[in-house]
Amino acid sequence: MKLIKRSTSPSAAHQKNLNRREFIKHSGLAVGASALASQLPFTMMEKAQAQATQLTNTPEIATIKSVCTHCSVGCGVIAEVQNGVWIGQEPAFDHPINLGAHCAKGASVREHGHGDRRLKYPMKQINGQWKRITWQQAIDEIGDKMLEIRQQSGPDSVYWLGSSKHNNEQSYLFRKFAAFWGSNNIDHQARICHSTTVAGVANTWGYGAMTNSFNDIHNSKAILIIGGNPAEAHPVSMQHIFKAKEQGAPLIVIDPRLTRTAAHASQHIRLRPGTDVPLILGMLWHIFENHWEDKEFIRQRVYGMDKVRKEVAQWTPDKVEQVTGVSENELYQAAKTMATHKPGTFIWCMGGTQHTIGNNNTRAYCIFQLALGNMGVAGGGTNIFRGHDNVQGATDLGPNAHTLPGYYGLAEGAWKHWATVWDIDFQWLSGRFDKALYDDGTGANKRTMNMSGIPVSRWIDGILEEKQNISQQDNIRAMVLWGHAPNSQTRAPEMKKAMEKLDLLVVVDPYPSNSAVLHDRTENTYLLPASTQFETYGSLTSSNRSLQWRDQVIEPLFESRPDHQILYQFAEKLGFADQMFKHIQVKNSVPLIEDITKEINKGTWTIGYTGQTYERLKKQQQNWHTFNTTTLIAEGGPCDGEYFGLPWPCWGTSEQQHPGTPILYDTTKPVAQGGLTFRARFGVERDGVSLLAEDSYSKDSEIKQGYPEFSADLLKQLGWWNELTDKEKQLAEGKNWKTDLSGGIQRVAIKHGCAPFGNAKARCIVWQFPDPVPVHREPLYSNRRDMVNKYTVYGQKYLTTFIIIDLHSVCYRMSKVHFSA
Amino acid sequence: MARMKFLCDDDRCIECNACITACKNEHEVPWGVNRRRVVTINDGQSGETSISVACMHCSDAPCAQVCPVDCFYFTDDGVVLHDKDLCIGCGYCFYACPFGAPQFPQDGAFGNRGKMDKCTFCAGGPEEDHSEAEFEKYGRNRLAEGKLPLCAEMCSTKALLAGDGDVISNLFSQRVTQRQLSQEEPDSGTAQVKLWGWKTAYKD
Repeated sequence: MKLIKRSTSPSAAHQKNLNRREFIKHSGLAVGASALASQLPFTMMEKAQAQATQLTNTPEIATIKSVCTHCSVGCGVIAEVQNGVWIGQEPAFDHPINLGAHCAKGASVREHGHGDRRLKYPMKQINGQWKRITWQQAIDEIGDKMLEIRQQSGPDSVYWLGSSKHNNEQSYLFRKFAAFWGSNNIDHQARICHSTTVAGVANTWGYGAMTNSFNDIHNSKAILIIGGNPAEAHPVSMQHIFKAKEQGAPLIVIDPRLTRTAAHASQHIRLRPGTDVPLILGMLWHIFENHWEDKEFIRQRVYGMDKVRKEVAQWTPDKVEQVTGVSENELYQAAKTMATHKPGTFIWCMGGTQHTIGNNNTRAYCIFQLALGNMGVAGGGTNIFRGHDNVQGATDLGPNAHTLPGYYGLAEGAWKHWATVWDIDFQWLSGRFDKALYDDGTGANKRTMNMSGIPVSRWIDGILEEKQNISQQDNIRAMVLWGHAPNSQTRAPEMKKAMEKLDLLVVVDPYPSNSAVLHDRTENTYLLPASTQFETYGSLTSSNRSLQWRDQVIEPLFESRPDHQILYQFAEKLGFADQMFKHIQVKNSVPLIEDITKEINKGTWTIGYTGQTYERLKKQQQNWHTFNTTTLIAEGGPCDGEYFGLPWPCWGTSEQQHPGTPILYDTTKPVAQGGLTFRARFGVERDGVSLLAEDSYSKDSEIKQGYPEFSADLLKQLGWWNELTDKEKQLAEGKNWKTDLSGGIQRVAIKHGCAPFGNAKARCIVWQFPDPVPVHREPLYSNRRDMVNKYTVYGQKYLTTFIIIDLHSVCYRMSKVHFSA
Repeated sequence: MARMKFLCDDDRCIECNACITACKNEHEVPWGVNRRRVVTINDGQSGETSISVACMHCSDAPCAQVCPVDCFYFTDDGVVLHDKDLCIGCGYCFYACPFGAPQFPQDGAFGNRGKMDKCTFCAGGPEEDHSEAEFEKYGRNRLAEGKLPLCAEMCSTKALLAGDGDVISNLFSQRVTQRQLSQEEPDSGTAQVKLWGWKTAYKD
């Protein structure tokens, strides 16, 4: 299909000469030429320059900056728009992350703007036939049905399944929406991808995110990828990986398959699927055996490595080979490579996380990096590549069953914090939820308000399971699948059955997805056309915690509407729009994105989403060419000294002008310039042993030892309380660094060179988890029956958390659907 | 004078197919016609290698030699182009080409071959630069805009290089030198100089 002609004859009115400057820009010369000279192919074209004819366009072609919506690398997109039609894409050579490159996904984002396969208008199923309806009719009918279900079965009978395809503002609004509706039955795709990473990593050292950045891999002396295939999933990241490799860093790929990534590996290790833990412990065996570990780092910054040593001691090479299938020699080689090439980076993806013991896997990976002292250094880190373009942002701010925005949790304090930010009455909000008490899976009785909702992997059970087995008033009766096609979930036959049992199924998506066709429903099914991120604007958070601002490329296609508009319309229909949009301007039923960003900044102190105002993000987007392509720091220009995307935590209020934290837990920089310690998240001592760091602190810290997280009380003890302004004191009294809405506690802590969240050791023992030290457990679908009884799966105690289908002999069923995070 | 050439660095090509997508998107290439494709040898085995291939714009182009209506011509930049108004769709060029570049739409009556279509190095055709007719027949003329072929400009790992032959061969030899210097174990095999298709296309 020829969409539109690009240009017209030279006689047209507007004449645009391509001057030398623009020419050089296109030929790639302008891009950090010194840094990447050997990589850039576009240093040529003298002839073509001389030949360049006058490019004439009628009407003018506008170039608009956006970010690819396909994966979490965050590649800059330059869209060419003529007459409101998206006619082309140019490479964003000066974007610090992709340097003009795209993969097949990024090179074709314009297809979203073609609309060949888009859902064009709201549809409703009548007698099995799809019929076009108006937006008003759709909202009214769906809203009435939901209110009826709420009346009969309580708010928890409607499930809101959100998306990592929302931008930050929409994700946040989606979570807020569910709170105002009165249920925690809300979730999104992150649950089935990196939730084991987030839980595992956050429980090791504080935050559950990629610690360094794609660009920082340039500094790596060795690269280890396990359970990841970036050549297919994150192709542009391979540009950075190759840069390190061509500078001499060996690339070790651990994967059962010879993937496209493994095809480029210096060493490819094939393990039996599901044996990550013994493999990593087996590598650690060689490391400890040869005294390759970083003893000083472990002394200063790691808790519980001795317990790991005990577990490792039993994983002798012969035993490892028996379990994993990897020979002693291969593993010795890999361990030696990592030990002798430091700093080394450790990359993982779904191959590690999507296991019943995904948590053990991710913690084993962390322990490996801790043993080598590879954390908090440029070129090191756990570089966890996230999936969707905004799965990091949606995890941080959005649709989650187990927490409010910013990982505040669901306890009363968390609700009160957000009620204050939202400027609403906590009692009113509390009244929106079911008032009854239910078993939370551990025997304690709680309200659903304070209990994790049903996760995305279990909504099917929420529909099909016996009512008395579910910790809520009634089964799920209405499902809203919003930007979420269930293709990636297992149990399709049950899913189909569940969809058919529902009273109401609403699919909100730019495309009529699998959710629209999987089932054989005939009535009460609605398809609502949502716009893509190219038809709206706002911020997103890439895998490396960098926020970027997208501009709107085109107007919403057909009758589609952006997510935040649809949310507003539902809120209006369901009767809580006035409360929910109290401080968000709404024009023609479209909430103002900037006001939502402001609200995120106002409340999200835990992970430092407070400094990234929309003004700063827009400024960075306009000046993305000023950032260094390795360190991501702006060198000159209006953003001088800031890191690209103000990677969180970007501490304090925006007045503090924190530059963002490019590398987590890096003590070589002051906190005010992006340095950090490990977070004191797990108390100050355990069984009489201190959990705080010893002789390790971030640069320029006035406290030269470990310290707990900051609170009003700690400031008083330290004698720093009077450094707060009177206004700050008023808001900070009785609060801590996470709940002080003035930002004063964070400001004063950072002024003294301290990290607001304390300075502790990373821990190798997570005492709250079923396996405090990661151990091997056979995969549920094991092909080694001889191993099954030796390395058993979790016992009955944890069956409330996971559904366990055990091929060996038994098919366990969970007794409770609710899940504790 | 610049001599335009393609070079695919097979140490870097990851078979992501961005080059193909970028090409299709840029020129609105119809279904069934692939001006560029990625060829993988030893797929799934140790030694798997991928190369992105299109018209190589040969110095002594076999397609031009066999064309019965002489529709091929060379630009000053060494780009091999053809005139679709002259092309009779005989397919001789397809047999002559060592790279499988010429493509034929099969949408004519009785499924016969339409006019040949191939990579233009983003240099359009004989029609006036940026004219509607040029875009319809050959796609966008990026060279005339002072830009390079989009496939190479958008390559995810900068494996595919396009431009002045001297410059890209310099660039490639810099890479090879860098790789050789950085190899601790020189016999590890990754630093072999491989110039895929280069000799066939350009002789020297």
